[in-house]
Amino acid sequence: MALLEYALIGGILYGIFFSLVGIGLNLIFGVMRIINLAHGQFIMLGGFGAYMLARGMGLNPLFGIPLAIAGGIVIGYPLYYGVVPRLQKSQDPEMLSFILFFGIAQMIEAVAVFAFGADQRSLPQDALGSGNIGVLGQEFPDSWWVACLVSVLAMLGLYLYFSRTRLGFATRAIMADRDEARATGIDVDRVSAIALIIGIALAGIAGVFVPYLIGSVSSSIGDGLTTTSFAIIIIGSLGNPLGTVVGGLVFGVGTMLMQTYYSSWSNLAPYALLLAIVLVRPSGLLGRAVRRA
Amino acid sequence: MRKPPAWRGPGLVLVALAAIFAVAPRLYSNESVLFTMMTFMALAQGLNLLYGFTGYLPFGYVGFFGTGAYATSLLVTFTSLPVIAAVLLGGLAAVVVGLILGPLFRLSGPYFSIANLAASQIIYNVVANEALKPITGGPYGIKIEHVYAPTASYVTMLAILLAATALAAYFRRSRFGLGLRAMHQDPISASLAGVDIVRERLIAWLASAAIAGLAGGAYAWNLSVFYPEAVFTLQISVFAIVFALFGGVGTVIGPLLGAALLYAFYAGIGVSAPQYFELLYGLLIVLLVLFLPNGLASLLTRRNVDVL
Repeated sequence: MALLEYALIGGILYGIFFSLVGIGLNLIFGVMRIINLAHGQFIMLGGFGAYMLARGMGLNPLFGIPLAIAGGIVIGYPLYYGVVPRLQKSQDPEMLSFILFFGIAQMIEAVAVFAFGADQRSLPQDALGSGNIGVLGQEFPDSWWVACLVSVLAMLGLYLYFSRTRLGFATRAIMADRDEARATGIDVDRVSAIALIIGIALAGIAGVFVPYLIGSVSSSIGDGLTTTSFAIIIIGSLGNPLGTVVGGLVFGVGTMLMQTYYSSWSNLAPYALLLAIVLVRPSGLLGRAVRRA
Repeated sequence: MRKPPAWRGPGLVLVALAAIFAVAPRLYSNESVLFTMMTFMALAQGLNLLYGFTGYLPFGYVGFFGTGAYATSLLVTFTSLPVIAAVLLGGLAAVVVGLILGPLFRLSGPYFSIANLAASQIIYNVVANEALKPITGGPYGIKIEHVYAPTASYVTMLAILLAATALAAYFRRSRFGLGLRAMHQDPISASLAGVDIVRERLIAWLASAAIAGLAGGAYAWNLSVFYPEAVFTLQISVFAIVFALFGGVGTVIGPLLGAALLYAFYAGIGVSAPQYFELLYGLLIVLLVLFLPNGLASLLTRRNVDVL
């Protein structure tokens, strides 16, 4: 029983954190119908940001959070106006963005290799607290709890943004129908640019904790994180940011159970879950039943 | 003026391809570059059969390639079949995987692509799993060097490339291909007009899978010693997609030209400036999508030239 409890509680913590990992990708898809295949690379940049602050300047890695937000603005704003309106005029924006962002991912990865090398880097283990916190007799390191807390706060912030602010209303209007939103006088480009910035910033914030939950950050972790994020948001349902939380929990608990009971096959867990869920419910667990042909 | 017979264009392309790759090894000594170039031309063409004509982007296309490579290698290891038969069965194995993955077509757009990617990762993780070491060699790779035959595998790959091109020409010029493209543009109207969407789409998918499986088998034969990453790296999918797009999907010569030119370019950078390879190739993809989304072939079709 202790093993099962460990897997379940660990899975919930892990899953909440991975909701944060996936949510930025889902927000960007929901608002712009653009597939940000460089998502994992933005997470990786967040991890290296925290690494520079912690190892280079001796600061607490949590300062990586404001850095990630600043990075989101610096990268997201020009990126939006540079490529998105042009993509949306093309015949098949979803597919083309898929390929375009793959190119961007490659460039980010190449630059990261120039800047940080190809080695794995870790953060000081005790920077987020050196103890363990137990629940039901199962102990997990402090850093997991901090990551989890930040994830909950970030997602709560996103929820309040959607439900309490004018920009959030406008964002939801665009998610429902882009052309209609434009017709009612919403500055679609400005609101979408902000959504892109938020999406990238959330990825960067998740990156700050990646070295703790995965063990290290290196320039090549991006693609794996992108695929995992996709698994999570598709399990939850594409284009519905809050569905991501469900996806994250399913992924977290599933992965932890696999690692506990069938560790040699645990790499398969996210993909097998993704396939199984998508084949049973083509629009994800929380998706509305929309389907073409 | 009489219209030229319908087979003339495809016939010319096939003869030209065969002639070029038959003569090339005499002019250029690095045969492995030529072999890899043919591999990617075949893969780009195979991907084009699905993506170019139906709009479904198989991001996990490499799964079929790896399946073919491993099916061929395992048959060579555990049976005494001739290698050619093993390569053909490698293609068949990919078709079987394609049939199993048929339900993926319930998904659309990005869902399809990502689910296909997940499927390829599952195949990879199973093949490369430590637990299967006695059969597949697990993460330590597989060796079939006792059948290593560079010339025979070169000829086999050329034949696969020609088959892929002939299929693409058939798709481009036949009623079948017209049905596929109608479905791509408007599935409901196409089905009202009598196109059997489900069947046609499945045929395109299986043809595409077969080409990748065959290419994987011939590739394994040519390498003869390889790690699972070598035939399952996502980069193979990506190269096939980018090459096909660069040339122009939905045409016959587009993917061939795209793969030949870009692969030559990449092989060039790989030798002269490997550290900038990833950066340049990322930049190229970005510029391509922004400024030439319909590929090189669109430079001609835009001027009303009839491109095969």
